[in-house]
Amino acid sequence: MSLIKVAGLTHSYNEREVLQDLNLSIAKGEVFALIGPTGAGKTTLLRIIDLLEVPSEGDIYFDDKRIPRSGKQRLEIRRRISFIHQKPQVFNLSVYDNVACGLRWRREAKNRLTGKVDHILEMVGLEGYKNRNARTLSGGEAQRVALARSLVLEPEVLLLDEPTANLDPVSTAKIEQLISYIARQHNTTIIMATHDMSQGQQLADRIGVLLDGKLIQIGNTNDVFYSPQNKEVAHFVGMENIIEGVITANKEGIATANINGNAIQAVSSYPVGKEVFACIRPEDITLALSKTQSSARNSFQAKVTQVTHLGPLSRVEINCGFRLVALVTKISAEELNLQVGRDVYATFKATGVHIMEKEINQ
Amino acid sequence: MTEIWDGLTKAVELIISLDPEVIEIAGRSLRISGTSCLLASLICLPLGSLIHFHHFRGKRVLINIIQTLFSVPTVLVGLLVLVLFSRAGPLGFFGILFEPPVMVVGQMILITPLMLGLTISALSGVGQEIVDTATSLGASGFQTAWLVLREARYAVVAAVIMGFARAISEVGCAMMVGGNIKGFTRVVTTAIALESSKGELELAIALGIILLFLALIINIVLNRLQQR
Repeated sequence: MSLIKVAGLTHSYNEREVLQDLNLSIAKGEVFALIGPTGAGKTTLLRIIDLLEVPSEGDIYFDDKRIPRSGKQRLEIRRRISFIHQKPQVFNLSVYDNVACGLRWRREAKNRLTGKVDHILEMVGLEGYKNRNARTLSGGEAQRVALARSLVLEPEVLLLDEPTANLDPVSTAKIEQLISYIARQHNTTIIMATHDMSQGQQLADRIGVLLDGKLIQIGNTNDVFYSPQNKEVAHFVGMENIIEGVITANKEGIATANINGNAIQAVSSYPVGKEVFACIRPEDITLALSKTQSSARNSFQAKVTQVTHLGPLSRVEINCGFRLVALVTKISAEELNLQVGRDVYATFKATGVHIMEKEINQ
Repeated sequence: MTEIWDGLTKAVELIISLDPEVIEIAGRSLRISGTSCLLASLICLPLGSLIHFHHFRGKRVLINIIQTLFSVPTVLVGLLVLVLFSRAGPLGFFGILFEPPVMVVGQMILITPLMLGLTISALSGVGQEIVDTATSLGASGFQTAWLVLREARYAVVAAVIMGFARAISEVGCAMMVGGNIKGFTRVVTTAIALESSKGELELAIALGIILLFLALIINIVLNRLQQR
């Protein structure tokens, strides 16, 4: 049974459609990540689920009951949901009063209120800040106040809009820890919008890809990251290698695709003659100096055309008759002495290649 | 120029000696303007929130009218109140013309547009994000409005200070509907007008300084409130 259901939801601002015919159901206790680039409509969808806005068309169901478009019932349901906005807005009050206000609005008894607020402030590590005016806090601290203010309400549903955008890595890690703790300990249903793919992968049970107001793909993290539905999703989830080709053979589910005269083997059921895209995640490609004996079906001789160091990883562009991007650790890049012009062997498994249909209009 | 210096020393004298008549007049000014300011606040803060938080046709026009009424002349308000409360007028049955309550009513009419307009603009200074955050945290419409009033407290208290300032400093309405009756409806401003016309310039200046002194005290009290 789903806790939240979105049915046929369309929303426009000034005649510009920002959400188009969304259908989504989220189970109780599920952590759902909404990923998509900035401006895709993630925030709008969260605002509609939080009942801050009434959609132009379509309905929201909570516990299988349709939520009316106006009236007192919306407040009652909203009080079971908490929404942490992207830019934390703290009230010009003390940290304690900021955290207490939601409980006061729900007429929580005073003795219980104090206990709850103290407990939650300790949980987010702000117990020493009780009497500070919240406006004087840093960005990370303000974000924790915002989180505490929502968590103290023990919501059934927690909506998070880019919870770690603009935070430093340490604060980000703290917030991520807290989110997974809440999901596990309180069985809270969480819907989070993020453009940080790895965050979605790390925290979510399921992922929905929202591109340009449309939910293109919903699935578990593996589905979305390794079997994207179309080129846009593939691009967005970090499939850096998206190569055009045609299926030339298919034997028991192992297809051979002709890419620029090179044959790539992949697990796919597409028939011969189909025009396709072959997608390979850069981290699934291994580089070596000599042809290695391995079970991987695809191995190509290539020349390094560019090397970029990204902290602990190196991004290596190679040419093996077609362009490929591989991601290797900095250490192995040094050991292999990867430099422009160097000859290498690129190897990847047939299961590491995701074949998708080339759409007519692409 | 000596009048000003003499007025100053006289003011100090009157204040230090706690001159009974001056104390009485100043107390009445404070009571009448304080009451009108308080009552106007009780009307303007909720009404301002109501106007700010609701979208309706003609809202812009209404706000324009309110802002225009900032400049209504005090004597015009006095005239209006005089007509309304004169024996033959529609509110004549109250029988309060030339009594302190009608002065309160006059000052309320005078300062309501100002306080209302400034309250609305004070609330507009609070971002929609704050409103959304409060709503998300489960505040009802009333609770949100109260929070926003608190968020805007600097500007809201400034609106109240402005209202009080206009009430205690006006002379036209107090003179017309109060009548400057000694020991009954004489307030600081009407007393200044009278003393100046009598040629008692020092006393008039002294009273003026006392009025500013009253305003200072009120401001200090309200500023305390602002900083909470």
